[in-house]
Formats: sequence, structure tokens, C-alpha cells
Amino acid sequence: MVKLTLTGNHCVAYAVKLSRVKVVSAYPITPQTTIVEKLSEMVDSGDADIKMIRVESEHSALSAVYGAATAGVRAFTATSSHGLLYMHEMVWWTAQARVPLVMAVVTRTIGPPWNIWTDHHDIMGQRDTGWLIVMAETNQEVLDETIKLFRITEDPRVFLPGMVGLDAFILSHTVEPVEVPEQEVVDSFLPERRQPYTIRFGDPLIMGNIPSDLLLNAKMRWDVHEALGRSTQVIDEVDREWGKLTGRYYGGLVECYRCEDADFLFIGAGAWVGDMRLAIDKLRDMGYRFGVLKVRYIRPFPGARILEIARGKKGVVVLDRSISAGSAGPIFLDLAAYFQGKNVTIPIKNVVAGLAGFDVNYEDFVKIGERFVNEVSEVGWVENHLEFYPLR
Amino acid sequence: MTIRDLPREKYVLPGNAACPGCPETMGLRYVGMALGRRAILVIPAGCTSIIQGLHPGSGLSFPIINVAFASSDAVAEGVAVAKELLGEDGVVVVWAGDGATADIGFATLSGAAERNGNIIHVCVDNEAYMNTGIQRSSLTPKGAWTTTTWRGKTESKKNMPLIMMSHGIPYVATASVAYPLDFIEKLRKAASMRGFKYIHLHAPCPVGWRFDPSETVEMARLAIETGMWVLLEAEKGKITISPPSRPYIDKSRRKPIVEYLKRQGRFREISEELVREIEKEVDEYWSTILKLSS
Repeated sequence: MVKLTLTGNHCVAYAVKLSRVKVVSAYPITPQTTIVEKLSEMVDSGDADIKMIRVESEHSALSAVYGAATAGVRAFTATSSHGLLYMHEMVWWTAQARVPLVMAVVTRTIGPPWNIWTDHHDIMGQRDTGWLIVMAETNQEVLDETIKLFRITEDPRVFLPGMVGLDAFILSHTVEPVEVPEQEVVDSFLPERRQPYTIRFGDPLIMGNIPSDLLLNAKMRWDVHEALGRSTQVIDEVDREWGKLTGRYYGGLVECYRCEDADFLFIGAGAWVGDMRLAIDKLRDMGYRFGVLKVRYIRPFPGARILEIARGKKGVVVLDRSISAGSAGPIFLDLAAYFQGKNVTIPIKNVVAGLAGFDVNYEDFVKIGERFVNEVSEVGWVENHLEFYPLR
Repeated sequence: MTIRDLPREKYVLPGNAACPGCPETMGLRYVGMALGRRAILVIPAGCTSIIQGLHPGSGLSFPIINVAFASSDAVAEGVAVAKELLGEDGVVVVWAGDGATADIGFATLSGAAERNGNIIHVCVDNEAYMNTGIQRSSLTPKGAWTTTTWRGKTESKKNMPLIMMSHGIPYVATASVAYPLDFIEKLRKAASMRGFKYIHLHAPCPVGWRFDPSETVEMARLAIETGMWVLLEAEKGKITISPPSRPYIDKSRRKPIVEYLKRQGRFREISEELVREIEKEVDEYWSTILKLSS
């Protein structure tokens, strides 16, 4: 193990190299660019044995790694914002084709206007596709989750692609001390490449021709859903094993901070969870017993784990960094649907904040928390389920 | 090489879903004869998506990855790169229509060609979007009726072989379903070369061009004999006219283009003036390629 100070993007590059990825294809987009730059540097200096396909678009980037992965090698791509939207067709294609591969998504606002700062609309827009989606809070988590995703996506119980989300600039371009595992540790953790089928010369396997049986086709889609369900166990196993190897166990699908004795919870995903941690320390000093429940995995959605932790609390605030326009924040929607299905009537409030990279710091979370407690205790329920922050 | 020398193994099987007189199944048969078990096919949306037949069966005996419309050359390059890393020897072929080649897939094609990815791209050119019901493409010729050009297309056919030559790739060729040996030789030559190879296969479609399904080969041959389609090869910027087209370097030996046009319902309402205009474009095309030939 070595301790380095690395940006989130360089953590991705180190993880890809340590995972012995064979083919990388990507198209530059701010703020993802330094991932492929670092990987190119590693390749050109002889540090990494990777074949780079320097394509002309993101659509081709995911297409090229899809081809490489189908042909039998571990493959990786990275993108952000408009790049992710441009490859959206292939995001669906790769999931339905059940090809394990890994992508880093540096979350960034969608235009117009042009805006390079973070919010989560790009990655949240992929949540119906069938990919595993994990969001990182720290650069260490970026590195760890990227390595783990290769193991999880290539597990026969899963066989789906997976993406790791890291917030633009807050993680991608900010250095933090990071423990980089030795190659032998990663080698012992990652088995040889496994995949459901491989295209080979001389073997007339046809992938994707028109189905005669629509029920079979329907079951294929349903199995993508079920595989995500099965992945919950795999994620937990893999996280525990990584914990034993490195001392870093994150709690699988979700991570908690001071949840046990809390009356109220913040629920959110991504880098700003760090600010929520500071905020609840402050809120507790003020007499409000808050905890933070970090949603690490957006897909599979950890409804059961969240409910386990939230049961008996006096209220939860779901903080979404994106909005499903015309409805509400996506994490809130998933959570509310799950709670409703289980007849749980905890007051839930959805605060949509931090859109377009508009800064939200721990003092803002303190305000949000204080206001929520007052609303719930004065009115007795949540009067306004969906609010935009900053409040008027 | 004669027809007798060709392998007997079948790659287009009973149960495929092609229309009667389909030029694409002819082309696929020749791909099988030329490359056999050495080929992996990458196929974007188009007629061949249907022709393969229904899962779990298949009317084609190649390994095939069906892919999204605009992705094929990038997918194929990924496959080729991975196979080389794995030390597995073979040929990765994109089998794409005129839309997936010259229109929606053009950026992907151009990108893979510029990178000189080690694949063969075959453009099976039936001169319109036949699979969706005969809509115009950039490779539909001037004057042709389609369901989006009811009074005839007003623009000329994009010149893909010359565009691909401009990429500086090692091999560009044109072919025709009426000349199987020429096409097979070109496929084998392409397969023996490293880098990006482009073969443009002229494929008259009875359904979309409005002629009898028994006349596919005849129509393809007429295109050569009238000089409207020219068989050629291009290496290192130099064009060589292929033997079947050589007699027609001399314009006097070409049949009048109207003999080709009048046999197709899609040109039924074409004016004499437009015929003259098309003839002029054919002459200009010949003079361009002859300037580039050795």
C-alpha cells in the first residue's frame, strides 16, 4: 500500500490500471478529460499495458469498449454530462446485451447554458437502463469502487455493466490523500475476466437478432431487473472482502453516519454527503439529533436497507442534486415508492438543491435540517413535500 | 479463380427472411465463400437485421453482433483490437447498408477509417432505406422515386468510394452482386491487408427499385454496362478499373443509361432533360476516376 495525494480522476486511472483493463476508449469532455489523459500517460510511459482506442465521439467510445468486451477482454470508458447523453443509446444496448464493463461518470450539469459544474442529472438519467450505479463521496471511494465494480459486474449472478459517479471538480479535480493498494492485492481480489458469452471466429453465435418469442424477450428485460436485485448480495460480499483486504468497508449499498440514535435523517448521494456530516454534528450541538444515510448505490436502489435504518425515525430529508422535471427528485421518488409499498408513514421531505453546481455547504444543510424539524414538530407532518433550495 | 473453385459450405441458410430476389443474401453468400469461418460480422440496423431470421434460430451461419445503427465501425474496431490482444486470428467485417454507411453511421465510419482500424467495412448499397420502406438516403441517385421523394430525388448520389479514398486508407474497392468473382477476390485481398478496408457493393433491390425479383443480377449488370456503376480498386491514392468495367472506359461501348433507368419503376417519371443531366454526371464521374487511375 502506498499513500498518494490524488485527484478523483487520477484515482479512476490508477484503479483502471490496477484492474488490468485491456482496452480503454474515451472521448475528451470536461471534467472527465484528465482520466484519459492520465491513462494515456501511463500507457505511453509503459506503466500500463492497455490498448487505447482514441475515438471520435462518446457514442463510439462506448461502442468500441462494448465490442472489445463482447470479444472477451476487460474494458473501460469514462465520460460526463453531454457525452453520457450522446452515448445513451449504447448505455441501454450494453445493459441489454449483458456485457460486463465499467464506466466512470464525472457528474456535470446539462446545457444549455454551457456549465461544467456538478449536478446529478446526467447519471440519474441512466437509472432505468440496467447499469449498476454507485456514487462516491471521497476520492478513496472513487478508487475502491472502480476496482470493485469490475469484480461485481463480472460476477455470474450479475453480468451487467456498472458506472461509478464522481462529482465534477469537487472530486474529479480536488486532491485528497488516498491509499493505493499494491498490484498483488488487487490481483488476489479480481479473478480472471468472466462474461456470459464471447463472440469468436468460427463460432456462429448471433447476438441480438429479432426474437420470435416476445415473452422470452420480456423475460430478458425482467432478468436485467432481477440481476440488479441479485447484485445487492454480491455488492455486500465484495465490499466486505475489500474491507478485509484494505480495512475499508463502506457498508455495501448504503453508509451511515450517526444514524443509530438519530431522530431525523439526511439521505443523499455523492460528494456533498461530506458536508452533511459536518452539518449534523452542528445540528446535534443545537439539539437536533440528525444522522446521515449515504445512498452509495442508486442502482440497485437500496430501499430495504434504507427502510431498516429509517424505521422509527421522526422524519427524513431526501436531498436530490437533480430533478425528474414534472415530478420530484429521483432518490426521493424511489424511496417514497418503496416506503409506500411497505406501509411506512415516516414524514419525508424532498429538497432539490445544488443544481447547476450552485454551491451548497454545511451551513445550508444546517438551515435545511432546522427548518425541517420545526415544520414537522409544529405542523405535525410535511406540508410541502418538494422544495427547491435556496429557500425563498 | 472460377466458380468451380469456390467453397461449397453454406453461410446463407434456408429460413432466412429475405425478400425474393434480394441482393443482400447474394452478397452474404459471397462473403461466406470469400472469408468463410474467418469472419465475424458486425451488423447495424438495416435489411440484414431482418434477413438473419428469428431468434432462437438464424438464417445466417456467421458469428454476428447486431448493433445500434450508428455504432458498427466502432464496435468492430473494439472487437478487432480485443481479438488481436487475445491472439485470435480472423477478419472483422461491418456489413452495413447505405444509411448506416453514408448517413447516420458516417461519423463512426470516418473515425474508424481515420484511425485505420483493422476491419473491413462493406457498404451494401441498395440506394435507399429499404428496411423502413424505401425512404431516400444520401446514396439514392438523382431522379429516383422513394416514399420521401415522391417526385424524384433532386440531389445527386454521394460519392462514397472517393470520400473513403480521401481518408488515406490502404484499400477501397467497389463491387457488384452481378460479379461474384470480382467481389470475392476483393474481399480476400482486403482480408490479407492490415488496416481499414472499404468495399462498396452495388445491390439492386427489386422491392425498392420496382423491378421483377428475377432481374436483380441483370439490373446490377446493366449498371456496369451503362457505366452508371464502375468497378474499381484504389490503393495508395491510385485507382485501377477492374476487368468487368474496363470495356466501358470507352464511352462508345457503354449502353445508353436510359436502358438501365427505364427498367426500374423508381425512374418511371424521369424527364429526358434529367436523363441528360444524369448522363453528364456519369461522364464527369468517369473522367474524375480516370484522372486518378494509373
